Amino acid sequence: MAEVTLRKVVKRYDDVEAVRGIDLDIPDHEFVVLVGPSGCGKSTTLRMIAGLEDISDGEITIGGDVVNDVPPKDRDIAMVFQNYALYPHMTVAENMSFGLRLKHYPKAEIKQRVTEAARMLDITDLIDRKPKQLSGGQRQRVAMGRAIVRNPKVFLFDEPLSNLDAKLRVQMRIEIKKVHQKVRTTTVYVTHDQVEAMTLADRVVVMNHGRIEQIGPPNELYHRPATKFVAGFIGSPAMNFVPCRLEEAGGLLQIRVGDAIALPIPPDRVARYRTIPRDTRLLLGLRPEHLVDAQSNTSATFQPFDATPDVIEPMGMETFVYFPLAGVQLCSRINPAIDARAGQPLRLAVDLNHLHLLNETTGQVL
Amino acid sequence: MSTVTIDKAGPTRKAKYGSMSRDRAWALRWSYFFLVIFTFVSLVPPIYMLITSLKSSTEISAATNPWWVFHPTAENYVALLTSNQFLTFFWNSALVSVMVVIITMLISIPAAFALSRMRFWGSATIATGIFLTYLIPDTLLFLPLFKMFATFSNWTGIPLINHWYVLVIVYPTLTVPFCTWIMIGYFASIPKELDEAAIIDGASWFQTLTRIFIPVALPGLIAATIFAFTVSWAQFLYPMVFTTSTDQLVMPAGIITTLIKGDVFNWGQIMTGALLGAAPPLIIYAFLMDYYISGLTAGATKG
Repeated sequence: MAEVTLRKVVKRYDDVEAVRGIDLDIPDHEFVVLVGPSGCGKSTTLRMIAGLEDISDGEITIGGDVVNDVPPKDRDIAMVFQNYALYPHMTVAENMSFGLRLKHYPKAEIKQRVTEAARMLDITDLIDRKPKQLSGGQRQRVAMGRAIVRNPKVFLFDEPLSNLDAKLRVQMRIEIKKVHQKVRTTTVYVTHDQVEAMTLADRVVVMNHGRIEQIGPPNELYHRPATKFVAGFIGSPAMNFVPCRLEEAGGLLQIRVGDAIALPIPPDRVARYRTIPRDTRLLLGLRPEHLVDAQSNTSATFQPFDATPDVIEPMGMETFVYFPLAGVQLCSRINPAIDARAGQPLRLAVDLNHLHLLNETTGQVL
Repeated sequence: MSTVTIDKAGPTRKAKYGSMSRDRAWALRWSYFFLVIFTFVSLVPPIYMLITSLKSSTEISAATNPWWVFHPTAENYVALLTSNQFLTFFWNSALVSVMVVIITMLISIPAAFALSRMRFWGSATIATGIFLTYLIPDTLLFLPLFKMFATFSNWTGIPLINHWYVLVIVYPTLTVPFCTWIMIGYFASIPKELDEAAIIDGASWFQTLTRIFIPVALPGLIAATIFAFTVSWAQFLYPMVFTTSTDQLVMPAGIITTLIKGDVFNWGQIMTGALLGAAPPLIIYAFLMDYYISGLTAGATKG
């Protein structure tokens, strides 16, 4: 068990900078998820921690030791790959014990560790099978077992669930969480799936274009995103962004969207928003669940307005309503009991306490 | 009632299914036609060898039906298998082929591993270079090689020309490039994550090669082994050039040199020798056929 730190870590491929100076502190026992779109540098960062990629600049430490020039086998890490990477000619038990056998552990200890890991992952019955006789989910369990038996300082996961179908992915997600709760090994997990990131992580690291956009616990990223990228990336369906402007009406500060809608600013934010220069190009950020039907949300913190839906998506426990506003398409989440129809006017309401104001030019949440 | 019956065997449906199976039947007929021709062409020479090997010299030279044995005899087999000379050829061939296979594998496997997995400056150029050397016909190479060996012997006093072991040095120039090329392709089809997993598990490069790559690429390895063995066993030009004394000859050269005396061809024994000579590769093929096929088709499909 150990903490992992990254100091100004850079990865260059010829002229391209894949990772542009990352700083990250991962305390002992923590489960950190690196999330971002393809090409954001998350896998490269993980591979640099593993030692599979050289570090162009900066410093990585594991358990206090600088590992920049330490080969992967001496870093005491274990890695789970997207395509499992099981040795096809070895049985499950041989796959799991390969690392221990290379290090000449006593046979009894190897057997005990493999048995224990197999029991934890519920693969005891499969121990003598070859990888090709296993399903995708079982293979991923074996890959995890191979990491667990080593009892390493750090677990590294590189999109381990991407090859599984949706149902199995949910199941394995829970398994991974359970395993971490039992072994408490420091874990760095890479995924492009924000749901995986939110559900698994103690802290989520959102990456974009080789930089860290924001680091924080899942709920903090969700409710207090720092940038437009994070706001749009975390949450499904994604946050709505509408062009808007700030205006003073009768001594009160309000947000105007299009011609029809004016939203009074909650008192606790007035001071903060008043300092924004009036010529700033602004975006209003609203999650679908904060853009609701006016019928079931009548308190003063909801500001009603009229809209004409284009598309209605009933999901059972909720209904998504898509409608145009100020030149963009918005998504709102309404009570499924309401009879909304495409083309027919519908009264919606904005949850004023959960609106976000963004600088359109810099992408910063204000 | 009758209407219902007609509906069930509707003409449209019947025609559709009929045309499908007729199509397939024709495809099969053509396949058989060409396969039979091909099999016939490839099997006629060995069958002719077998028939001739069972005839006495008198019967061969008599104007009887060449495709039938009227007085079968084992005299050619007895003569060859009891002749020390033939056994020496056989032994030399076996020794040369086995040593060439070993040398080839010892060079090709690490070379292919390094070229396919360890990124280093010039590795792509070297890989292409290896393939290009295979494209040079061996008929062009024997003269400079002969000159090289002769000069080497003059300088060092170590005799090479007219010794069977010169072939152990020469044949790898043919087998190593091709086997390396096969193995590069085979190793390249192994997912990169597999060696990364091994390296993280604590394996050195050498352990990754011996414990992961060689077992996983075994079919390719066997394909390469069979190739190296067949090339060494069947090589004719080089042994004719580099060896002359009868105790140093390998089988193909030996049969031609000793059984053709001037314009007298001992056809019975030549055919018997050729047939016996073809036996070892045939036996090896039979045992390793399944591996060989999967070796040649590696990477054609995923998984």
